[in-house]
Amino acid sequence: MGLLSKKDRQLITDPLSDNNPITVQVLGICSALAITAELEASVVMSVSVLFVMGVGNVVISMIRNIVPSKIRIIVQLTVIATLVIIVDLVLKAFAYELSKTLSVFIGLIITNCIIMGRFEAFALGNGLWRSFLDGIGNAFGYAVILIIVGFFRELLGSGTLWGIPVLGDPIDKTGLYAFGYENNGFMLLSPMALIVVGIIIWVQRARSKHLIEE
Amino acid sequence: MAINTEKNTYTLLFAIGLVVIVGTLLAAIDASLKDKIRVNKTLEKQQNILYAIGINENEGNSVSFIAAEKAEEEFNKYITKQVYIQGNDVVEDDKAYLIDVKKEKALAKDPNHKRKLPLFIAEKDGRNLYVAPIRGKGLWDAIWAYVSIDEDMIIRGIYFDHKAETPGLGANIKQRFFMDDFIGESLLDNEGNFKGVTVSKTNLDPKNEDKYDNEVDAIAGSTITGDGVTAMIRSDLSLYQPYFNSLNNN
Repeated sequence: MGLLSKKDRQLITDPLSDNNPITVQVLGICSALAITAELEASVVMSVSVLFVMGVGNVVISMIRNIVPSKIRIIVQLTVIATLVIIVDLVLKAFAYELSKTLSVFIGLIITNCIIMGRFEAFALGNGLWRSFLDGIGNAFGYAVILIIVGFFRELLGSGTLWGIPVLGDPIDKTGLYAFGYENNGFMLLSPMALIVVGIIIWVQRARSKHLIEE
Repeated sequence: MAINTEKNTYTLLFAIGLVVIVGTLLAAIDASLKDKIRVNKTLEKQQNILYAIGINENEGNSVSFIAAEKAEEEFNKYITKQVYIQGNDVVEDDKAYLIDVKKEKALAKDPNHKRKLPLFIAEKDGRNLYVAPIRGKGLWDAIWAYVSIDEDMIIRGIYFDHKAETPGLGANIKQRFFMDDFIGESLLDNEGNFKGVTVSKTNLDPKNEDKYDNEVDAIAGSTITGDGVTAMIRSDLSLYQPYFNSLNNN
């Protein structure tokens, strides 16, 4: 990693642990609850956010000196919405199948507070390269949590991973189900995502004590 | 920076500039991609209709359409006749599959408007299948389906789609485990009256062995989407019953 200085590296690694957007900054909770019932949806959402965060942070950083502070939030929203719509249109024209998978996420990306949060907190005050790294880093931090939550919710809720049954067939009573195991339908509902996120926060704070607020 | 970015005039000019740039950019991109997107949408309709009559590339649990390049050719091969039903008239129209069901449904609120009901007649393995496009409301936005039925109003194939149902929950209506349950279900009750198919949480038949109960198993956590499916089938497919009655009387 000769390309990145120590500080730059921290921009990528911090969001993965001590400055995680979901568990520490408490941003992007809404989408983490909404779409983590399946692992596949979690991954698709993560990739979309990765793209919008990376490009969006660079665009905002580029115009940071000419944006009037009074309307900066509106400008940020415009940038996100424009990016998302462009991606949507291009996909519809050239990768129609993919665009159909993504269409549900378009609205969720625009309203994702991680993106606005990082624009506001970082890109408005930092240069292009560092803003890009911050965007990527936070998107990865977001992705890690989303994938963990998606993994457990799909496994315990539906007994599948990526749509493939891994615990046997619940109707024919094979595999684990032969021993009386049942899928926990609660896992598919949003409140359980909140509880899984809560458990992750608990585990994380038990390990890194300095995160606990007095 | 020499410019004072806090001045009101600057703020106003900046906002106007931003709108002009973004607006032009989006309009330009939209205009240049419009035709491509329209072609994609038409092909998708053909793929959906073919899916409903069983022309697809499903393997295992996948939902796979036939390739877009082949869609038009196969569509012309299998769909022998396209009509729309308007009141008591049945009008032949080889572009009936392009009729906008959403628009027709909205216009139907006006009692003077005679709604066009598109129906595509396919011939497969020596028997006729009738594909009807239907449309309804899910939890967040529109849901729609292409249903292929035979003369006795028994469902022979179905393809569901949705605009914005929740991934992992309501969005699962376009999964095989849900769609395939409808195959073989009758839309009529034992007396031959229209009953539809209910997405039920209490049907106690998860393997869907009972094909005469007018019910399929619901998806956990997707009550409103499921109810939307029930309502859509009831409201839209019942409109086709007179056509099927006259078909069987002749």
